[in-house]
Amino acid sequence: MSTTVSRPDTGGGPPPRAGRRLPLKSVLVWTAVAVVGAVCWGVLAIARGETISALWLLFAALCSYAIAYRFYSRFITYRVLRADDARATPAERLQNGVDFDVTDRRVLFGHHFAAIAGAGPLVGPVLAAQMGYLPGTIWIVVGVIFAGAVQDLVVMFFSMRRNGKSLGQMIREEIGVVGGVAALIAVFAIMIIILAVLALIVVNALAESPWGVFSIGLTIPIALFMGVYLRRLRPGRVLEATGIGVALLLLAIVAGGWIEDTALGDTLTLSREWLVLALVVYGFVASVLPVWLLLTPRDYLSTFMKIGVIVLLAISLVIARPVLQADAVSDFAVAGTGPVFAGSLFPFVFITIACGALSGFHALISSGTTPKMVAKESQVRLIGYGGMLMESFVAISALIAAVVIDQGLYFAMNSPAGATGGTVESAATYVQGLGFDTTAQDLAAASAAVQEDTLISRTGGAPALAVGLAQVFSQAFGGGGQAFWYHFAIMFEALFILTAVDAGTRVGRFMLQDTIGNVWKKFGDLSWRPGNVIASAVVVGLWGSVLYIGVTDPLGGVNQLFPLFGIANQLLAAIALTLCTVLLVKHGKLRYAWVPGIPLVWDLVVTMTASWQKVFSGDPRVGYFTQAGVYRDARDAGEVLAPAADEGQMDQIVFNSTLNGVLQAVFALLTLVVVVHAAVVIAKAIRNRGLPTTEEPAVPSRLVEPAGLFATPEEKRAIAEHERLVGAGAGRSEAEEK
Amino acid sequence: MTATAAVARAWRGVRWYLKEFTGEARWDDYLAHCAEHGHQPVSRREFERRRADALERNPVSRCC
Repeated sequence: MSTTVSRPDTGGGPPPRAGRRLPLKSVLVWTAVAVVGAVCWGVLAIARGETISALWLLFAALCSYAIAYRFYSRFITYRVLRADDARATPAERLQNGVDFDVTDRRVLFGHHFAAIAGAGPLVGPVLAAQMGYLPGTIWIVVGVIFAGAVQDLVVMFFSMRRNGKSLGQMIREEIGVVGGVAALIAVFAIMIIILAVLALIVVNALAESPWGVFSIGLTIPIALFMGVYLRRLRPGRVLEATGIGVALLLLAIVAGGWIEDTALGDTLTLSREWLVLALVVYGFVASVLPVWLLLTPRDYLSTFMKIGVIVLLAISLVIARPVLQADAVSDFAVAGTGPVFAGSLFPFVFITIACGALSGFHALISSGTTPKMVAKESQVRLIGYGGMLMESFVAISALIAAVVIDQGLYFAMNSPAGATGGTVESAATYVQGLGFDTTAQDLAAASAAVQEDTLISRTGGAPALAVGLAQVFSQAFGGGGQAFWYHFAIMFEALFILTAVDAGTRVGRFMLQDTIGNVWKKFGDLSWRPGNVIASAVVVGLWGSVLYIGVTDPLGGVNQLFPLFGIANQLLAAIALTLCTVLLVKHGKLRYAWVPGIPLVWDLVVTMTASWQKVFSGDPRVGYFTQAGVYRDARDAGEVLAPAADEGQMDQIVFNSTLNGVLQAVFALLTLVVVVHAAVVIAKAIRNRGLPTTEEPAVPSRLVEPAGLFATPEEKRAIAEHERLVGAGAGRSEAEEK
Repeated sequence: MTATAAVARAWRGVRWYLKEFTGEARWDDYLAHCAEHGHQPVSRREFERRRADALERNPVSRCC
């Protein structure tokens, strides 16, 4: 890869190769990649009704990522943003060893990836598989290349040029106070919804599953032990502690199988309502305890599991070469009558798959934390764009896991209990009605294979993904062990989600304390105990109530809330992309405004159509208010409509649907407030051919670091020469020593 | 480069990465820094405690 190293004295600028012709070897390699990618896409497009290997999907995606990274991200980094390695980054200028800290690009890539990727890219694609494998695949790949990775990269770059300011701060300063306040409320509300939906997925995965509850429950004492180990026994030996933690974790999964049929197993067979209570208490305690005791060690565990599982999954897909069972495009895509989530392909595939294609939440991490640690400006390409491509790859793998399992089983698992009836017999009748020849025996055998009492209506995506992963892993490594792999998958999904929930609760608490601190100074003091407790209780109370509403919703919490989650996440992306567009125009780069502008317009069309349908659609399956109306009328006429079982549930549906509709409308309006304000700023900036921004002035850099993942020969020479001149640096990055 | 040298180099690379990734390497950096400036380093326990307490105010965000 041709990248550049700018020495402090040369003034830097765009890469020297720009305008020069590519060497023949590069031309040949990239042509080959393009041909392989095109063949894979071609096979997917043409093949119908035959057995198709999942590897075509995998390689179509990988080749597309490679080309996008090599050409498009390079264009954005050097041509559009004009990343300049002669300019010192905030990490270099403001180094304090705490939040501003020059970090090796490969290490920061790992940190950033661990921060952005969690359960989201694993769950969304599984749900979207009801539309067939092709719509999801195309959106994940095209979406990440032109929208998601662009958002992450551009936000990271602009935040880096502003000393790592947060998304909310940048919006307030660059768009205006009203836009800033709207964005702040939107971010907070969206975070609450995201936490609630993530927690809902855990609840659905652990309900009535003593094995799962036991293994996940044990992660808490394991994390506490690691915390004490790192604080008191052997301070700082993170690798040791994590090694012990991972070993104990695997033991906890195996041990879950031993206790399943014992009295302890019966005690741990918890209903959804009890799990909600357990999660709420856990979230509150985790937010109030010191981080070293629970959060930090848990985060180490979760991160290592995350990376381990992803590598394992990639390897086993290649070994197992599973065959796709789903149709390329299912009937539900057009009819919009799917049981997993309602609505037609457009716009609902594009909001069901948020993480992995375009996730607004990433903008919160790409601004703030990561940009304060970037060593060289050009490295945002690897960390921002590359990190997001990696998440997209996780999403493709999850999609594959969902479409290689028997599709009758897939629908029996992911349809709400109101549809399947809850037993294997009624579920078999139901999926046969959908056109699958899965029998009650097949469904019973599937749950027996993973040693769960039932798999019927285990909605939320996590159990279906776990079944898919168990199948792929046991195919790849032989020896059966489906039950172990199933609970292994449930365990790591729950682990990611709980890590996101406790970290999210804490971030939410800080946001709340910070905001209220503007009017009541004492409350903003983060070390004031009562403030911590009150703010934690408020945040936990908010997501806990949404979670409870979802768990008890007769229409199925996932079915009802997942669209809200997806739309909320994508609306946040719209806000972030709006900021990117505004900044490009303010910097006088109107001719490149299309780079974030096109995904912005697409995202607005998708989210506003989806919001409109969720609010105004006359179809009671789609429109929240129509839904509430239908059930209200029936209730007033003294009827009980299925799936509600009694009058109380009728009331519940009316209340929930109205609440969801109101939230939906509020999110969309907040986004529109930001967009309209931004449009005014853009118009003004166009008239003035740019406007002043809050970008920090350039300071010459004294660091020499490679730009890409691997140092080029020129970069190695430049580093060697720099070290000779400065005489410092006993090889900070050993891996680069020659 | 012989095979053993390549393996040794890869092993060093992995170790280096893990130590950097987990932040364990910060202690080594600190010792080097103290040696360079002639400071008396604090105990490891004290050092790690300060690092952990800094995390208290800088929450790590985790996405979905």
